[in-house]
Amino acid sequence: MKDDNPIRPTVASRSLSLALFLALLGIWELTVRYLNVPAFIIPKPSSVLLSLYTGISSGLYFWHTLITLTEVILGFLIGAGAGFFIGVGIAINRYFSYFVYPYAIVLQSLPKVALAPLIVLWFGLGITSKVIAAALICFFAVMVNTVAGLRSVDQERIDLIRALDGSEFQVFWMLRLPAALPFIMAGLEIALTFALIGSVVAEFLGAESGLGMLIQSMNFSMDVAGSFSVLVVLAIVGLSLNQLIGLVRRKLIYWERRQEASAVEPLESAESMDALQMPSRAIP
Amino acid sequence: MARLSNELVEMPHRSTVAEERAISVHALCKRFRVADGAITALENVTLDVRPGEFVAIVGPSGCGKSTLLKILTGLLAPSTGEIRIGDVAVEGPRRDIGTVFQSPLLFAWRTVLENVMLPADVQKLDRAQHTARALSLLELVGLSDFAQRYPNELSGGMQQRVSIARALLHDPSILLMDEPFGALDAMTRERMNLELQRIWLEQNKSILFITHSIPEAVFLANRVVVMTPRPGRVAEVMEIALPSGRGLEIMNSPEFGAYVSRIRAHFGSSGVID
Repeated sequence: MKDDNPIRPTVASRSLSLALFLALLGIWELTVRYLNVPAFIIPKPSSVLLSLYTGISSGLYFWHTLITLTEVILGFLIGAGAGFFIGVGIAINRYFSYFVYPYAIVLQSLPKVALAPLIVLWFGLGITSKVIAAALICFFAVMVNTVAGLRSVDQERIDLIRALDGSEFQVFWMLRLPAALPFIMAGLEIALTFALIGSVVAEFLGAESGLGMLIQSMNFSMDVAGSFSVLVVLAIVGLSLNQLIGLVRRKLIYWERRQEASAVEPLESAESMDALQMPSRAIP
Repeated sequence: MARLSNELVEMPHRSTVAEERAISVHALCKRFRVADGAITALENVTLDVRPGEFVAIVGPSGCGKSTLLKILTGLLAPSTGEIRIGDVAVEGPRRDIGTVFQSPLLFAWRTVLENVMLPADVQKLDRAQHTARALSLLELVGLSDFAQRYPNELSGGMQQRVSIARALLHDPSILLMDEPFGALDAMTRERMNLELQRIWLEQNKSILFITHSIPEAVFLANRVVVMTPRPGRVAEVMEIALPSGRGLEIMNSPEFGAYVSRIRAHFGSSGVID
């Protein structure tokens, strides 16, 4: 691999982007200070940093982050789990597919955020409504990708196992499922981001705790620096979740890495490239 | 055992009594229903493979070669006719057949060794015993050093050799090969032909080898079955009376050339074959 590969940041490129970021903060700070921008419109980075420090040191942000994280992870597990199993059902059983698919389509065409007020109304201000909102919003991404992945397997490989007198279960377990993993993982990555959106939106609409509720209440009290500092926390939460799922991805789809590890001879690996594509394409 | 091949085609296979057959196909027809009626893929195909024999089927695309192979693996039922492996009529997939397809069809998430082990996993065979066998098969195809690699680290020719080792793992008596070297470049292909010949001589399998390359068929086979397209029919079965253990230089011999041009004559009217 060449050194100037933009995907692999070097120490130099990392420190450059850090320097640019700090410069940006400096310009922001100076602009707000000298143009006398009111703090309830745009706060100074220094006051955001201060709010962040108070929030963290008082343990307040920790508690609300824990609540939001719990909602996101529970919602993700429930939504993604349901998406996976229903996706499997749709892919392997035609009748199940006929039965479930129309409902899934209707659910998908609906902006789930629009359901959030109802969910909060029905399930209250506690954690349950947030978990359900998160689950609902990440369900479809996983389901579609599971179906697409399980159906992506070529007939020839299926025939290979059948010709060895393999069962349909073996075709599923030895071929369809591993072949679908890259697709499913792509769905899970999207779903995790969606779950965070789902729970924060539900918290906006009514919650006792959580980062979304914190932003909302700070907005009401014009504590914009506080809002910004919670945004920083949310960004860190989102990034960490992405890192985590990336880690799971590399563990689970261990053979993908080998693509980069240079080949013995150049090859025309059209098939293996197929499997690596990350479509979240709709079901044919 | 020189025998006039034209005669063999017309002879009903029962009359060649008491001779053992690894594969016998008798009066096989296969029709597919399509939107406007039916198409006949195979018409009255009769051929056989003796134990330990290398038979090549050569024909242009559309002659039903791959359909024939699919029927032989038991994945597709014939419309009429009879297929026997040994003494038993084929009614579904069998465990004593190894198949090599046009593309290697390796599984990206399995190492080379695990790919070769696939038949053992599917048929729940003894793992320790077959791991040892898989390693010796990898040696046979010259890939011992690559056992722990993943398929995408291998070249196309190497991948196809892995798939040959995989086809041999469960020690099938019969090897079916569907244009296995069709996707390889000419030089790799010749090298693979030599290797396949060596493997066949070492392993004593009955091989049915489908190809659209006439020189490849003549080079490898004891007999060549020539098929013509639409519908697929056997035009001629030709005994190749060249010594076994052939080297590539045999392709320059006049006998080799004579076989090739005799087969090519079948396709003179229907255009190019390879």
